[in-house]
Amino acid sequence: MEASTQTNVTSGVAVKAKKRKNTLLNRLRQNKVAYFSLWFLIVLHVVVFIGPFIWTANPEELQEVGALASWSLQHPFGTDDLGRDVFARMLHGGRVTLLVGLAAMLFSLLIGTFVGACAGFFGKVVESIFMRITEAMMAIPNFFFVLVALTVLGTSPIMVIVVIALSSWMEIARVVYGETLKWKEYEFVEAANASGAKSMRILTRYIIPQIIPSIIVSGTLTIAAAILTESAISYLGLGIQPPTPTWGNMLQNSQQYIWTAPVLGILPGAAITIAVLAYNFLGDGLRDALDPRFVKK
Amino acid sequence: MNSNQESYSSDSLEPLLRIENLKKHFPIKGGGYFRKEKKAVMAVDDVSFTIYKGETLGLVGESGCGKSTLGRNILRLQEPTEGRVFFNNTNILLHNKHELRKLRKQMQIIYQDPFGSLNPRFTIGQIIGEMYEIHGIAKGAEKEKKVKEMLELVGLDPSRYNSYPHEFSGGQRQRVGIARALALNPTFVVADEPVSALDVSVQSQVINLLMKLKKELGLTLLFIAHGLNVVRHISDRVGVMYLGKLVELSETDNIFESPAHPYTAALLSTVPEADPRLKKERIVLKGEVPSPANPPSGCRFRTRCPLAAERCKNEMPPLVEVRSKHHVACHYPLEEGQTLKEAIASRKTGQLSL
Repeated sequence: MEASTQTNVTSGVAVKAKKRKNTLLNRLRQNKVAYFSLWFLIVLHVVVFIGPFIWTANPEELQEVGALASWSLQHPFGTDDLGRDVFARMLHGGRVTLLVGLAAMLFSLLIGTFVGACAGFFGKVVESIFMRITEAMMAIPNFFFVLVALTVLGTSPIMVIVVIALSSWMEIARVVYGETLKWKEYEFVEAANASGAKSMRILTRYIIPQIIPSIIVSGTLTIAAAILTESAISYLGLGIQPPTPTWGNMLQNSQQYIWTAPVLGILPGAAITIAVLAYNFLGDGLRDALDPRFVKK
Repeated sequence: MNSNQESYSSDSLEPLLRIENLKKHFPIKGGGYFRKEKKAVMAVDDVSFTIYKGETLGLVGESGCGKSTLGRNILRLQEPTEGRVFFNNTNILLHNKHELRKLRKQMQIIYQDPFGSLNPRFTIGQIIGEMYEIHGIAKGAEKEKKVKEMLELVGLDPSRYNSYPHEFSGGQRQRVGIARALALNPTFVVADEPVSALDVSVQSQVINLLMKLKKELGLTLLFIAHGLNVVRHISDRVGVMYLGKLVELSETDNIFESPAHPYTAALLSTVPEADPRLKKERIVLKGEVPSPANPPSGCRFRTRCPLAAERCKNEMPPLVEVRSKHHVACHYPLEEGQTLKEAIASRKTGQLSL
């Protein structure tokens, strides 16, 4: 009796362990690059968002060692052309850049999901209007749109986020639109209709939850694009204005010193590249891991 | 043969649902920019019949004949092109969204596919509980209690309240679908091929469950199926559809023992008999079902009918009562007790004598 319960317990554990194997994280683990990217990004965000509380140097304050100082214990990455601590600027700049990326992504997911889901679900006039607007927006060269909008609307951080979001929701809208068209034909959606559920309930409780995997994938890829766009406009001087550091405007500052102090350019440049790459790899990995046809190799 | 005759007697009939001239046409898109001519698939074409309180009306026909479309149109899950549907003497096709939502409590549907008809991201507790939440009937603990009662009623373990549909077998999921449909205590239920996706051994369980619940809850059932044996087992009356038309409607025994429409006769001859010694002549219809986008003139069945004559080409036969409570849409219906072979033979001699 005792022994049989024992085996029952162990087999129960075995079943649990087996179940755990099919979680998203475990499926993602099979893509080594994506899995590594995930952890890298977690570390990067922790460092950038928590780091400034530990490394308390003010990124906008001139240091005693003077301009373009080499690395030292007080200033691990040295100082920049005005004598500000580069390490502190990297942390604070990363904060701004990643925050802009995240906020722009969330905002563009919101617009894209709303437009795509409504167009797909309600059809008819709503579909025509929303999808034609989406296509019209796609026809405008993205970067050109951002430059013009920022020149007109000003360059406050909020404005930068809004403009980047407004320039990047179309892909998401189309993905969500396609998925909505697919899911709304399922019988469980018709069953909800037969139960007397209102349209909004069907859309938010029955259809959008099915699309969330696709939205997550689009989201990660959108962050990467948003970081790149923010860096590019900051580099052109249209983004977040100095003295607030971002990786993009640090890059712009450093170009005059590319021969005398190459670290000033290499650091933010590498940070942008690696963060964007990591987000792209993660997005690719998630796309595979979230695919229901995913087979374990 | 009718096993639930106690709940249904053919004399004291009170109509619950009256369908008049129901049409559902699906327009065909496509063609060139300049093709003005509009075409449509006539999935359901001018169908009229009555469903009486407490009965089970079986609806049979080959796939694509419009029987599922008919069921969905009666519930207004699709909007009919034309016609009237009277439920308790009110035309529900005139209902607005709000009135329709209220009516949903009384009319429900059980689906064919036990996989696609349950939300994969809801637990079965949520799936059935939705019914109470949507209509503001119960919430929280009270909802859970009601859902568990429903689960017990359909023969599922109430402790699986928090399980997801994919953790169940096909037959169990179909029970969940039945529990959902019956949760609000409806008066009328459309069962859209509820067992055709299940194993034969599970089919009988689900059918018996349906029959039991029907009797206990006093339901009226429109049972759509293509398996004739299943329909015979469960139905009080049977309607036969062909290419969007209702061609024959009568009490189950009349249909199965002495069909009047040649199509029904041919359909019945395909039912395999359990007794191998009972030799039965199968009538194989020539040709294929014509496209519902371009149906033949006159009688829809004339292109394949062994009895077709000139009149069938020119005149569409209406559904008329040829025998007592036996409605047929045919110019030359079979006589009571006459087989299709005999009818063909007598037709030939008739022609020779002319």
